[in-house]
Amino acid sequence: MLKELGRGMWTTLRSMFEKPVTIEYPEVKRPVRARFKGRHELKRYDNGLEKCIGCSLCAAACPADAIFVEAAENTDEVRFSPGERYASTYEINMLRCIFCGYCEDACPTEAIVLGDNYELSFTDRRQAIYPKEMLLEPVRGEGKTTPQKTEPGEFIRSIPLMENPKD
Amino acid sequence: MTKLVSLTIDGKQVTVPEGTLFVDAAKRVGIDIPVFCYHPKMEPVGMCRMCLVDVGRPMIDRATGQPVMDENGAPKIQFGAKLDTACTTPVSEGMVVIGASDKVKAARKDIVEFILTSHPLDCPVCDKGGECPLQNLTMAYGPGETRFLYDDKLHLAKQVPLGELIYLDRERCIQCGRCVRFQDEIVDDPVIGFFNRGRSLEIVTHSDPGFDSVFSGNTTDICPVGALTTADFRFGARPWELKSTSSICSQCPVGCNITFNVRREAASGGKTVIKRVMPRQNETVNEIWICDKGRFGYHYTESDDRLTTPLIRKNGELTPASWDEALGLVASRFSAAGEGLLTLGSGRLSNEDLFNLRQLTEGVKGKAALYTHMAGGDLTAQVGVAPGTDFGEMGKGTAILVAASDLYEEAPIWFLRIKQAAERGATLIVANARPTKLEAYASHVIRYRYGAEAETIAAMTVDRGPTTVAGHPSSVADASKAFAEAENAVILFGSDGLGLEGSQALSAACANLLVATRHVGRANNGLVGVWSRANDQGAWDMGLRPLTVDRRPELQSAKAIYVVAADPFGDDPGLLATFNLQPATFLVVQDLFLTETARRADVVLPAQAFTEREGAYTSGERRVQRFYPAAPARPDTWPDFAITAQIAQKMGSILEGRVPAAVFTQIAATVAAYAGLSYRKLAETNDQWPSVGSGVRRKGLYFSGTAYENKQGVGIHLPLSPTPLPPVNMQSFHLQGEGLLAVPVTCLYDRGQTVYPSALLHQRIGEVWVALHPADAERLGVVANSRVSLTLGGAEFDATARLDESVPQGVALIPRSMGIPINGPEAVEIRAGERVVL
Repeated sequence: MLKELGRGMWTTLRSMFEKPVTIEYPEVKRPVRARFKGRHELKRYDNGLEKCIGCSLCAAACPADAIFVEAAENTDEVRFSPGERYASTYEINMLRCIFCGYCEDACPTEAIVLGDNYELSFTDRRQAIYPKEMLLEPVRGEGKTTPQKTEPGEFIRSIPLMENPKD
Repeated sequence: MTKLVSLTIDGKQVTVPEGTLFVDAAKRVGIDIPVFCYHPKMEPVGMCRMCLVDVGRPMIDRATGQPVMDENGAPKIQFGAKLDTACTTPVSEGMVVIGASDKVKAARKDIVEFILTSHPLDCPVCDKGGECPLQNLTMAYGPGETRFLYDDKLHLAKQVPLGELIYLDRERCIQCGRCVRFQDEIVDDPVIGFFNRGRSLEIVTHSDPGFDSVFSGNTTDICPVGALTTADFRFGARPWELKSTSSICSQCPVGCNITFNVRREAASGGKTVIKRVMPRQNETVNEIWICDKGRFGYHYTESDDRLTTPLIRKNGELTPASWDEALGLVASRFSAAGEGLLTLGSGRLSNEDLFNLRQLTEGVKGKAALYTHMAGGDLTAQVGVAPGTDFGEMGKGTAILVAASDLYEEAPIWFLRIKQAAERGATLIVANARPTKLEAYASHVIRYRYGAEAETIAAMTVDRGPTTVAGHPSSVADASKAFAEAENAVILFGSDGLGLEGSQALSAACANLLVATRHVGRANNGLVGVWSRANDQGAWDMGLRPLTVDRRPELQSAKAIYVVAADPFGDDPGLLATFNLQPATFLVVQDLFLTETARRADVVLPAQAFTEREGAYTSGERRVQRFYPAAPARPDTWPDFAITAQIAQKMGSILEGRVPAAVFTQIAATVAAYAGLSYRKLAETNDQWPSVGSGVRRKGLYFSGTAYENKQGVGIHLPLSPTPLPPVNMQSFHLQGEGLLAVPVTCLYDRGQTVYPSALLHQRIGEVWVALHPADAERLGVVANSRVSLTLGGAEFDATARLDESVPQGVALIPRSMGIPINGPEAVEIRAGERVVL
């Protein structure tokens, strides 16, 4: 009887000096795996122009019908993306999304990427619909925000020149 | 009877008429031979080489002329050394065609690869992506990989506006020439063409304004790639996201079958809106074409200026009110008016609306009138074209008389079909006071002076024939002989230069001519009215009749006026002066917009547009066709028939006001010609050729373009009224007065309420104009394109002067619905304005 009690107390005592498996979330966040599929991000080129061309193929690929895209035309005065077309409306309903990543697969410009963020909570169904402003990644480095005023003839190609995937 | 020929295609036996092309013969038995440049409505050219097949012909012994037999007793087949194009090779007896061998597959694979060498592959941003023949055929027959280098691709201009309606993407063009051939062969508006050769070949427009054709939108349907797209739908949505609803075009009496593509739109606050209008196949009405007015003119239905709440005049101001209050007021005043109720409906309404209008009006013994400037709808019900009539069948042995109508402007699809009938050998007789576009295809041209329309047609009956036209050797006598001797004969009468009075005389003369030459009561024979609105014929059938020519006595004697889908005071301010003399008259306007008439109304009731509700129109050929609700209705609006029924209910009589099908059942029970019809019958379809396939993945689209399959009804042609035709008294009608005569003409794009809200069309609509002969202009001191002021019916107007040799001397053409009110021919005074050449 005492022997069993002693063994139990020993286990307790030992675990007090072990490294804990839990973390102090939300103060501490565990890094996600390389292929983690979290909240979507709409990517930009280095100059700040949006990669998304509003083709709606992500919406077509989406098995949960969570994406709504509407396109409009770029001009040199008001340019969002290279080429003729950009997404004037881009919404994802995060309540519908099943984070399958098909949108990422379908994207011809690698504009939509499932990111690291998994902290999705809402108090209202409307909040679950993320508009383009929330999905677009912030401008990095030298880039400017969109819409940009660009030189005529600089960004006339609709898709960045097609290349084989590098990695 | 053409000879039938049997052949084998991929092991299937086919029997088709001699002269059929392989590609069509194969399609008949469900074998798809891929094509890019071939189109079943046009002559083959064999430019794209996609349709290559292996063709074997039976070996013939030269000595005996008999087929050589093999050991099994079957004829020996000799295959050619090279492949043949299926689109240019006609069938012959005993042929064997192989379209599925490795040799053929390899050839097609190479063709696709070759076509794609300089295609930008920007399908994700292309409006055609998803319903693109090039995409589909690449997936089905292409190599999957290319051996060409992307760096060496030809880069060309991406967004070239051919006009303000159509954009060209030079990179995507595969140079099949379908668009150029459509404009040359089918429309004969050769405003676009090829420029340069080989790799530098490009499509250019040589008209000003660019792509100046009212059929230009059709080229985007038949373009097998995304090279031609419309400005209206540019980046509007992806084709697979669109829902489609069948409808009928409400712009003219042809009754083209159309499909509305709708989708929710963020820009409109998440509402479902119409994204584009596409043709819906009906080979007896519009084939697979529609005109640009039908394609781009729908925007008025989604205008922000639409009425959304009932208005009642309180203290001199129109103020929003509840339906209950408005309807209660209207009902009490209508009941009080009794016989003094005048209802004015227009051909913009559906049959159900017009039927209910008449029921309500006759319930209190009022008068239900049709707002129109044309007469003769009662005659077309008796001597109209009989069921089975099809302009597409007319050819040799048929005479078509087009009287006082500029069909290109009034009913473009009829222009197209009659032009084609003339090219197939029909005798086309064009009678008009001025040259029209259709004359180029006419066998006989009759030129009269304005005012002598009926006389001229009457002269054809008695064969007096005095008039000859310079440059045209034929006379009225020749024309009337050709007309009388033709096996079948059709007359289309319009309103070029005519008011109601002239139209009455002309329609009677036309009816008399048909009766005298015994061209009545049979298919492909009879009278067709080129009405100004889609359902004028239906309005006549529902028993509405035009007001008298003067209109004033009726307006003055009415105690209450119920104007539905018409704007008499906007069209003719002169009437307003008369009306203003009657302050006690109670005016109710039921419309989509706050028109000039509505501004004067005591009560305004907001109605629904035809895109938001169900109904049936009767076309000029008297084909009853159904349309379906495409877009959600504006809140707090009702269909016209429902509003009328609710007024009737408050007046104590019961009309059907909920289900349009039930109203139609009542029509079928009441109106003799509509007996036996029902919504279900109107929704019946039949097999049509060429088959366009259905759904987004429709197989037939590469074959004949992106027109939609007809799945919701081809409509039913009404039988003729069984009552024998009473002899029609033709009132003679002469113009009085001297000096310059103003005559009204119809132009396709006008400033009417159902056209002008489409901003895209504004450039085509242009300024209000008046057309003069240069000699008259010189006499008046008017310079081309200068501003002139004109006095018409006591009022002053400004317009831009167009000088045109084709306008008869002493006449000024004034377009209808462009801002100058004109009901019929009348005297006009024109003075040159300041001499600023615009």
